Amino acid sequence: MEKFSNNQQMQRQLLLDNLFRIATRCFAFLVLALLVGILISLIIGAMPSLSKFGWGFLTDSDWDPVAQKFGALVPVFGTLATSFIALLIGVPVSFGIAVFLTELCPNVLKRPLGIAVELLAGIPSIIYGMWGLFVFAPMFADHIQPMLIDNLGDIPLIGLLFQGAPMGIGVFTAGLILAVMVIPFIASVMRDVFEVVPTMLKESAYGLGSTTWEVVRYVVLPYTKTGVVGGIMLGLGRALGETMAVTFVIGNSSRFAVGLFEPGQSISSALANEFAEATGEFHMASLIELGLILFFITFVVLACAKLLLLRLQKQEGKAS
Amino acid sequence: MADNNVKLQVKNLNFFYGNFHALKNINLEIAPRMVTAFIGPSGCGKSTLLRTFNRMYELYPGLRSEGEILLDGHNILGRDVDINLLRAKVGMVFQKPTPFPMSIYDNITFGVKLYEKLAKTEMDDRVEWALRKAALWDEVKDKLKQSGNSLSGGQQQRLCIARAVASRPEVLLLDEPTSALDPISTAHIEELIHELKEDYTIAIVTHNMQQAARVSDFTAYMYLGELVEFGETDNIFTAPKQKATEDYITGKFG
Repeated sequence: MEKFSNNQQMQRQLLLDNLFRIATRCFAFLVLALLVGILISLIIGAMPSLSKFGWGFLTDSDWDPVAQKFGALVPVFGTLATSFIALLIGVPVSFGIAVFLTELCPNVLKRPLGIAVELLAGIPSIIYGMWGLFVFAPMFADHIQPMLIDNLGDIPLIGLLFQGAPMGIGVFTAGLILAVMVIPFIASVMRDVFEVVPTMLKESAYGLGSTTWEVVRYVVLPYTKTGVVGGIMLGLGRALGETMAVTFVIGNSSRFAVGLFEPGQSISSALANEFAEATGEFHMASLIELGLILFFITFVVLACAKLLLLRLQKQEGKAS
Repeated sequence: MADNNVKLQVKNLNFFYGNFHALKNINLEIAPRMVTAFIGPSGCGKSTLLRTFNRMYELYPGLRSEGEILLDGHNILGRDVDINLLRAKVGMVFQKPTPFPMSIYDNITFGVKLYEKLAKTEMDDRVEWALRKAALWDEVKDKLKQSGNSLSGGQQQRLCIARAVASRPEVLLLDEPTSALDPISTAHIEELIHELKEDYTIAIVTHNMQQAARVSDFTAYMYLGELVEFGETDNIFTAPKQKATEDYITGKFG
């Protein structure tokens, strides 16, 4: 048994194994600790505002630093509305890009177009902001906005969203800029997941006489749904938290307005604008509470995505 | 008009992958309601030939064919052919089972829904009919709502055959349908081929010569893109005319 009982070496290996296990576990738990730490410090920072305004903070649209009265309705609405617009436009366009790149694109164009999409993702957000403010907003105000106001403004209910002065900047513009910013993310994730669909699976759908659209809709999309939802969530995450570009074009007004062409505020733009000059205990605490709400929104969105995936899996049938 | 004893007629067919000449002047006739097997070493062009019958190659750029393939006397390589309708008429089953990511029921109805509007009860009947044709009904009738991926490999392949049969094609192309299956599942599928040929014209590509001998009525031996010999299976396997064919089927080569 001499061969199997080299005690010294075995002990060394055991020790190293244990060290390695402990080290990796520490790294994994570090993430959890950071998350909890951030959450706790946000809650502590927001305490004065939390206890003073309570749930009313969410439904109050007043944001008055002079009177020390704060409500989060305008920035929360701004954040949700801009992100919603961004996804409403960004998801179909990204889907189109991904389908074209994987199913229809001639080989010569595949690489240049793919690289262009990835480069778009690399542009710093402040450049999107400047471009949005100086190039896009004036063009939008001169050509597109008046048309939208004329044509959609008179429709009952929906029309309310499309009223206001054609200034170029506002919630809608911020949503559009965000759409441009999230498209490369969503499109490149979608393209990557579409590419892993087995050729034979697609061929068997084509073999039954499906058109490209039917193959994509009924075979490629269901096969890749986890990745597609993940890509959309990645884009949504960027849209919810994007600060610089939104601050440039959203108009930064704390007055509540339903119209999408009115200037507004998102949570991140409010934080960027006011943090440096926050005065008084409640102003600062309210800003931190805004941050907490953003944190919460992101969490809820992720949870919803998971639930959606679970439901989709049920529809497909149990994989018992 | 069409000759009643020919379902598919291949005339002077040439096929190119870019500059590579993959099929060289193929001429052959496939009889209706018979099983025609294509054998030959890897790369001989037998799968390529099969994939010209439903123009599957057109999904990829740089691939082209010259010549004619007549289905019931109508040239399916012509420009005026609706490829999707053609593929609905010429069903295909692949090397590996490819169940769609949906329930067993939806897998079967997928192809049917593309070209027919059926009421719920008719659709249910069609699903049962197709699954019975593929000898799968008894095994899955209680779990039609389950995912197609939950079945075993052999069952999945029969599901794919049921799916191809459900849209009532005229020709069935089987591209090495048992290459990923165990012997028992293979035996199931071979039995199935025997039954299916009462209604369908079947073309099967196989690497397994015993399989070709067992299931087919006609056999084509291909080598390097050429059709070396084509004839009744019994003749090909007992008295091949070409030395090359004999060498291949006796295992001296390949």
